[in-house]
Amino acid sequence: MRFWRKPLDADKLQIPHGEIHIIRERCKGCGFCVEYCPKDVLELSTEFNLKGYHPPIAKNPEECVHCGLCELLCPEFALFVKEKKEVEKIES
Amino acid sequence: MKANPKNVLTGQHYLDGDHACAEGALSAGCNFVAGYPITPSTEVVERISERFPFVGGIFIQMEDEMASMASVIGAAWAGAKAMTVTSGPGFSLMMENIGLAAMMEAPCVIINVQRGGPSTGLPTLPGQADMMQVRWGSHGDYEIIALSPNSPQECFEFTIKAFNLSEKYRVPVFVMTDECVGHMTEKVIIPPAEKIELKLRRYTKLSPEEYLPFKPEKDLVPDMVKAGDGYRIHVTGLTHDEKGYPVMNWQTQEKLVRRLVEKIRLNKDKIIEYEEEETEEAEVVLLSYGISSRVSIPAIQKARKEGIKIGVLRLVVVWPFPEKRVYELAKKVKAFVVPEMNYGQMVLEVERAAKGKAKTILVPHGGGWVHNPEDIYKAIKEAVK
Amino acid sequence: MKEIEVKEKEGIEEEHPMKHLLRMDRIPHIWCPTCGIGTVLTSFATALEKSEIPLDDISVVSGIGCSGRIAGYIKLDSFHSTHGRAIPFATGLKLGNPKLKVVVFSGDGDIVGIGGNHLIHAARRNMDMVVLCINNFIYAMTGGQVAATTPLTANTSTSPYGNYENPFNLPHLVASCGAVYVARWTALHVRRLAKSMGEALKKRGFSFIEIIAPCSTIYARRNRLGDGLSLMKFYHDNSIIKHGADTRELDIGFQSKIIVGKFVDIERPTFLDSLNEWNRKVLGEKFREYGGPIDD
Repeated sequence: MRFWRKPLDADKLQIPHGEIHIIRERCKGCGFCVEYCPKDVLELSTEFNLKGYHPPIAKNPEECVHCGLCELLCPEFALFVKEKKEVEKIES
Repeated sequence: MKANPKNVLTGQHYLDGDHACAEGALSAGCNFVAGYPITPSTEVVERISERFPFVGGIFIQMEDEMASMASVIGAAWAGAKAMTVTSGPGFSLMMENIGLAAMMEAPCVIINVQRGGPSTGLPTLPGQADMMQVRWGSHGDYEIIALSPNSPQECFEFTIKAFNLSEKYRVPVFVMTDECVGHMTEKVIIPPAEKIELKLRRYTKLSPEEYLPFKPEKDLVPDMVKAGDGYRIHVTGLTHDEKGYPVMNWQTQEKLVRRLVEKIRLNKDKIIEYEEEETEEAEVVLLSYGISSRVSIPAIQKARKEGIKIGVLRLVVVWPFPEKRVYELAKKVKAFVVPEMNYGQMVLEVERAAKGKAKTILVPHGGGWVHNPEDIYKAIKEAVK
Repeated sequence: MKEIEVKEKEGIEEEHPMKHLLRMDRIPHIWCPTCGIGTVLTSFATALEKSEIPLDDISVVSGIGCSGRIAGYIKLDSFHSTHGRAIPFATGLKLGNPKLKVVVFSGDGDIVGIGGNHLIHAARRNMDMVVLCINNFIYAMTGGQVAATTPLTANTSTSPYGNYENPFNLPHLVASCGAVYVARWTALHVRRLAKSMGEALKKRGFSFIEIIAPCSTIYARRNRLGDGLSLMKFYHDNSIIKHGADTRELDIGFQSKIIVGKFVDIERPTFLDSLNEWNRKVLGEKFREYGGPIDD
């Protein structure tokens, strides 16, 4: 990340990371989470769950910033995000 | 438990039937009434709205009868003792939610001050033509209890009885008066509060993890809870299992609906009540209920003067119907005379219960006025021929 | 960078953060894939978590319909009453025990169609309850019949050549009857909707939130609007947030712009406030306030 001016607390700045948990068998393949992830982390997999739907998988799990939108959007309660304690420091 | 003395207007009063019903509800501890005005029942809610602010009850005049019945069920689930009041057209409107009350097993009382029907009919004149509707009005299989007072004193007493029965069996209970009894002013003696027995609602003692909302006790009635107690119940009008969750198959239907029906049918003997007079040696029995039972008195007296041995069976609890007693009497007597202010409703039950062992003679009346005792007398003469 | 694995566990219902608010023994629910109702339920669960109201005091009442099935999945005291009568049922609950916080969670056909009379009277009386009306513009459960909120020209099973009836403007209707909190959001506005629900739960009086949700299997399919996802995307992309907008301008046409936001937020005495205050004023000392539910 490039700044015009380096923030005074740049060494303390932390981007949260999230760990996505998917309850495969509950998913009905609606695609809300895939569509609305701001970091484009998810995509629908090519595998089927027992009901015949394509549950999502995280194609870029490291991009997840724990915004929680997928968990809030999922109509089936099949997806939730847990905060990963790993932090990534900003390099100036 | 005994009635609360603050609610009971002990003493001698000169009240009409509607007002006596209101006083009965108050003495029974009723604290929620939702109603919609309809002649001739309006006086009940008028009196309730006057008295409730002094005894700590809530009265709300809802926007229609469906809302009245729905809010009565809601209040019953919130823990209140709830009642609504209506007449013929309003009764028809309430039917869907009466079915809901039966399905949700919500204890509540509905007073139907019958008037001439069908449709708008005769709003200010009596009738007794809702007697089958009270039993079969809503769709599906269910059982209810219905009482029929014939005087303002009985209006008072039967309303209390109705509340007790509804709490005991968790079923909607109906007080079927009519415009004549409702608007008739007579002496009503209200006893002191210690003499009035009230039945308490049976709340569960189990914890939320163990409690199943629709698991019946030995008398087929489940213990109740109220919303807000932390039990996190789910109550639905769909066919449900013991947990209250909707399950769509015939096994659940059989289990649930059979219990709803047997709840009353198997406890029939404890519920049925009637008054008998001189039936041991009778050759004819006059079976009546409500105002028609009083109107028959001159006819009975005239017949007895002529030496006709006539007995009287007056129904206090109309539904469930006392089939056993009617059958026993049918084997001994020649005929039943059934005066009622309709073109044949309870007489069908009498015929069914008599099983052909005795004649049944209906004395019909379209409503709008009470019978002429002469017509009843003529029917009695016909019966002994 | 460390490799972070996505954990895919079978049957980890125990870990979903909302599980204490849902009847997990009834999940998965009956709603179609890409139905908006599931998302609305998640927003509601979020709002419940954040609110400080004790969960035992909240009762949910639903009517009949797809949205009416919500009561069956929420782990609070929930009541599934007859069609259209959720609002008077909730009135009875609230008056029977004034400590309860009552939420009516039902669909547009239930609340505004058959229940229209009860809606306007409860708003008029300022009955203390929250009404969450999930508007999918159709009677979905029974197969897709035209509703009082169906936009002009839409195709439904009882208007197969297009709807020619004018629909309701719900915020205008409810606000003109005297509701104290009126808002409209779409199902996709999850965070704003959860915040709005939280505000409505805290509010004393009649609060009404209209939630525009997609009906994928029926409305979207009959009107060739893609699947639920594209319809929800459409609603969200075409919504304009205008807090405090004049409720007269909030009509929704077929696939038109939708104005969302919080339109009314006023204070008025509730029904019980008025009852108690008035009776105390005219009856003085002798007035006894309602004593609450009868305990054993």
